Amino acid sequence: MSQTTQQASATFINVGERTNVTGSAMFKRLILEDDYEKALDVARQQVENGAQIIDINMDEAMLDSEAAMTRFLNLIASEPDISRVPIMIDSSKWSVIEAGLKCVQGKAIVNSISLKEGEESFLKQAKLIKRYGAATVVMAFDETGQADTQARKFEICKRSYELLTEKVDFPPEDIIFDPNIFAVATGIEEHNNYAVDFIEATRQIRSELPHCHVSGGLSNISFSFRGNNPVREAMHSVFLYYAIKAGMDMGIVNAGQLAVYDDIPAELKDAVEDVILNRNPEATDTLLSLAPKYQGDGKVVAKENLEWREFPVNKRLEYALVKGITDFIIEDTEEARLNAEKPLHVIEGPLMDGMNVVGDLFGEGKMFLPQVVKSARVMKKAVAHLEPFIELEKDQSSSNGKILLATVKGDVHDIGKNIVGVVLQCNNYEIIDLGVMVPAAKILQVAKDEKVEMIGLSGLITPSLDEMVHVAKEMQRLDFSVPLLIGGATTSKAHTAVKIEQNYDSPVVYVPNASRAVGVCQKLISDELRPEYVAQLDKEYATVRDQHARKKPRSKPITLAQARENAFSCDWQVYQPPKPATLGVSTIEVGLEELIDYIDWTPFFLTWSLAGKYPRILEDEVVGEEAQKLFADATQMLEQLVKEKQLGAKGVVGIFPANRVNDDIEIYTDESRSDIAGVAHHLRQQTDKPKGFNYCLSDYIAPKQSKRPDYIGAFAVTAGIGEDELAASFIDNGDDYNGIMVKALADRLAEAFAEYLHEKVRKDIWGFATDEDLSNDDLIREKYQGIRPAPGYAACPEHTEKQLIWDLLDAESRTGMKLTESYAMWPGAAVSGWYFSHPDARYFAVAQIQQDQLEDYASRKGWSLAEAQKWLGPNLS
Amino acid sequence: MTTTVAKLPTNSKQSVSEIAKDRILILDGAMGTMIQRYKLEEDDYRGERFVDWHCDVKGNNDLLVLSQPKIIYDIHCEYLDAGADIIETNTFNATTISMADYDMQSLAKEINIAATKLAREAADKFTLETPDKPRFVAGVLGPTNRTASISPDVNDPGKRNVSFDELVEAYSEATHGLIEGGADFILIETIFDTLNAKAAAFAVDSVFDELNLTLPVMISGTITDASGRTLSGQTAEAFYYSLRHTNPLSFGLNCALGPDLLRQYVEEISNQAECLVSAHPNAGLPNEFGEYDMEGDEMAIHIKEWAESGLVNIVGGCCGSSPEHIQAIANAVQGIKPRKPIESNFKLRLSGLEPFVH
Repeated sequence: MSQTTQQASATFINVGERTNVTGSAMFKRLILEDDYEKALDVARQQVENGAQIIDINMDEAMLDSEAAMTRFLNLIASEPDISRVPIMIDSSKWSVIEAGLKCVQGKAIVNSISLKEGEESFLKQAKLIKRYGAATVVMAFDETGQADTQARKFEICKRSYELLTEKVDFPPEDIIFDPNIFAVATGIEEHNNYAVDFIEATRQIRSELPHCHVSGGLSNISFSFRGNNPVREAMHSVFLYYAIKAGMDMGIVNAGQLAVYDDIPAELKDAVEDVILNRNPEATDTLLSLAPKYQGDGKVVAKENLEWREFPVNKRLEYALVKGITDFIIEDTEEARLNAEKPLHVIEGPLMDGMNVVGDLFGEGKMFLPQVVKSARVMKKAVAHLEPFIELEKDQSSSNGKILLATVKGDVHDIGKNIVGVVLQCNNYEIIDLGVMVPAAKILQVAKDEKVEMIGLSGLITPSLDEMVHVAKEMQRLDFSVPLLIGGATTSKAHTAVKIEQNYDSPVVYVPNASRAVGVCQKLISDELRPEYVAQLDKEYATVRDQHARKKPRSKPITLAQARENAFSCDWQVYQPPKPATLGVSTIEVGLEELIDYIDWTPFFLTWSLAGKYPRILEDEVVGEEAQKLFADATQMLEQLVKEKQLGAKGVVGIFPANRVNDDIEIYTDESRSDIAGVAHHLRQQTDKPKGFNYCLSDYIAPKQSKRPDYIGAFAVTAGIGEDELAASFIDNGDDYNGIMVKALADRLAEAFAEYLHEKVRKDIWGFATDEDLSNDDLIREKYQGIRPAPGYAACPEHTEKQLIWDLLDAESRTGMKLTESYAMWPGAAVSGWYFSHPDARYFAVAQIQQDQLEDYASRKGWSLAEAQKWLGPNLS
Repeated sequence: MTTTVAKLPTNSKQSVSEIAKDRILILDGAMGTMIQRYKLEEDDYRGERFVDWHCDVKGNNDLLVLSQPKIIYDIHCEYLDAGADIIETNTFNATTISMADYDMQSLAKEINIAATKLAREAADKFTLETPDKPRFVAGVLGPTNRTASISPDVNDPGKRNVSFDELVEAYSEATHGLIEGGADFILIETIFDTLNAKAAAFAVDSVFDELNLTLPVMISGTITDASGRTLSGQTAEAFYYSLRHTNPLSFGLNCALGPDLLRQYVEEISNQAECLVSAHPNAGLPNEFGEYDMEGDEMAIHIKEWAESGLVNIVGGCCGSSPEHIQAIANAVQGIKPRKPIESNFKLRLSGLEPFVH
């Protein structure tokens, strides 16, 4: 033991962190597998190894966390070797904390409470903690968010301290502040001072708030050096050295991840100190360039079967590619390079052979998309290692072909496009990815300059369909002849055949999903296969067009007047629309951890081309195993996102007085209903409905002439603040798998946020269902009163209506969410829509409308007919 | 019933704290030992009201406040006569949980009210006679016959036969009864499982909140044997940290051991407690006939030494003790300066089975 560690131990409490399902994969597995016997061993070892307090956390989506906490603490109570030390009851859920407090006879620590939800709930919880007889960790978090600067950290802690000691008489010595340790050296300049902010806030807290303590989760600080344990350990040690001096006297520290301060090589220590203390602007770069030198000896190798390491090198490369293992890829690639005549031969030989195996297995349905993406990660690493050598020899790599990919102008969605890119790269295509919101001119310019062999367009929202038509027309005009590939959620074979293909003489191919992309490209590239394939496509599309032309609507169209006659109605003299508890607009901030329970996982698996309903998909005979792995990776990433606050979620909601005027909804500035803040325009179903109504969303709002005060809500939420940067940082490191994962999760979190906010609106903000108590399953099945239709989707398919939501809510300045010229929301992980409270309100599809409604809508919106045709295109025949 | 509410101090903690600065306070002795002297049979326990009760009730000492109130009142008076400043209500088992042994759960609250009224009447009578020596009633919450942190089944260590919430519910009801009957303090005593006591303290604080009043709380634990730990495994100091949040009037130990064996643990608490320290040991350990045979004089010698060593503020007796013991103790500690509470050091004091101070 060095002097420093001894010194630290005298003033510093080390909280054991291994009994935390969010921090220890092993502990999580034991708990999930119900192996409490072994889980107790983990706790026992921690105490034996010197943990003075053990942190217990059961926050895991797959667990009944309250029950797990109760059971584990009861078992610990029977183990004197463990229960001799105090317990830290760790959960983001108050119910779990309370369950824990009911099981410990000793004086425990609650981890944690904060002002996040406001003073009332903070004081209520503090009072209960005092009544249960525990100390508590208080996070530097308030109604507006988590504190990052020294000033904010101190300000929130001071306010918390005063509330606790003055309002509930909480003993100051039982308050442990956690002023948030955030990652430094992330490459983002604003993060550079995070360690200094923590250290200085700690100093101020300890000197100005008597008797309290300061704690923190140490591992966050070194997050950007994941995988390089020696550097991480050095960072931990240096950070602690200064933080302890400033007064940090407690922490969640993995003792195994702590270098001895005095043993850190001077060069590394210097670089780390520059980073921690933000001593110069190049600190991060210096440490980054130094880091690889120290990598290696601290590396933890998973205790898996390493038999394959005995294979010949080519076989090892194939194995690593198929299994997606990056651990040895550099050394194996290097060995292959030394054996090869030219570095390029490694790519063309063993690596491509390995990728062919992957491609074959994928084609045969024996590998699934997430695995393929992991394989691509291995491939990229290997290629990156070889590239410098190849350049040195001025060797030209021969790829199968060069393909340009882009998400069209006005659209920000790129998960699907990225997946296609990865799959094609795996098959030795060179991909030029122009990203999102790419104007036609840029696509075509780059295509020309780079002499690409194909162009692939992607889009998610319906206006993107028109943009694709535009690109096709431009390609024709500019005499392009390369094939055009069309993909994305709203694209279809019918749309491609009817609207795009005719505008461009060269092949236009609809690619329904990533796994088809390779086959399509192979045929288009090959001189032998192409003519036959193109002929076949021409025939196919002609048939589709023919069918489309002959297609009779299943039910006959009716006039707009007839449809209005058959509108849904209720007795507005009897029905009393619920009066909102809160009128007006509020900004909503929520921690990601609160959204996890609201996630609907089924679409997540679909993103990765794994079809099946969650959670059954985890047990599925065919894809179950991959689904489980994917889910485990997703959960781990989610934990990281939560822990490191890498994604931001922000939303805005407003409830307004409103009344219906024909098919429009007048939205008023206040209860006097004299000033109109905006008018929402809605479309009515226009086919014959002998048994039902011709629905229009406006019908769910009381008509103006009824004199019934009614209301409408609007919302816009995102969980994608920072998603682009984070995804890019993974992709830039050759890790497409996690790049795609980030976006897929951000999408799910945004949907979860919408679900969460809708519940809050029903129960609280609007408050028409205060006693609702639904499980997440019931939420997903929408078993609640009221609906939240989103512009651009079936019930209100016209995208420009989002602008009204943005204006009403002042959404851009309140949340930073933007609308593109096609009314796509940015960040992409976003949801917006309307709230209708009427108990009979339900979702429907407007589907096809007729000329009379088109004209009516145009005049309501003040549009020319052409403009109306453009925006209502998908609903016109 | 005589009521002397007007004469009673409205803030018993302040008043008793003032007195405690000047002298060592005397707690009463055993109730059970005194009841044994009456050699009551099944019929006596039943009294008139419970003649037709469907199961045996002999041994249900708490029931006597309803069926033989005179006997209980007389015992209180004997202890007051012997010099007790504080008498304890006869409610050791008067919770729905313990009363289930006699299928008398529904009587729990009534017993608490009646028991407190009896003690109140006796105490007020003596206070009236000697107003310069006010007498106090400590409303007793016993440990119940179940444990919240120990499994009843050796093969299933995670099992519990009572939950925290069930204890809170039972203790809340009892507390309501004690307050309604007019208790000056709430005494959570003979704690052998700290989690039970934490539930009791939780209930008491909640009831105070509900009624918008606060009474002083006294805490007294039990070190079960020479291991120096509670039955649930805590050391005396760890036990103190577990219940320090109740901001108690007094903290101490009772039962299980005689004064000779108890001393070191009383000292352990005395070294930490920022409040008064209480001790009411048994009259020695039971002999081969199950009787406690340490005489009052002998017990008084031990306790006098504790007092002279500055360990205690409140002393009395537990199992086996009688008014004779209390009188001897009262005489022995007379004039000895009481212990001074420790000033808070504002350290973070946590505990598992063992104390942890930072």
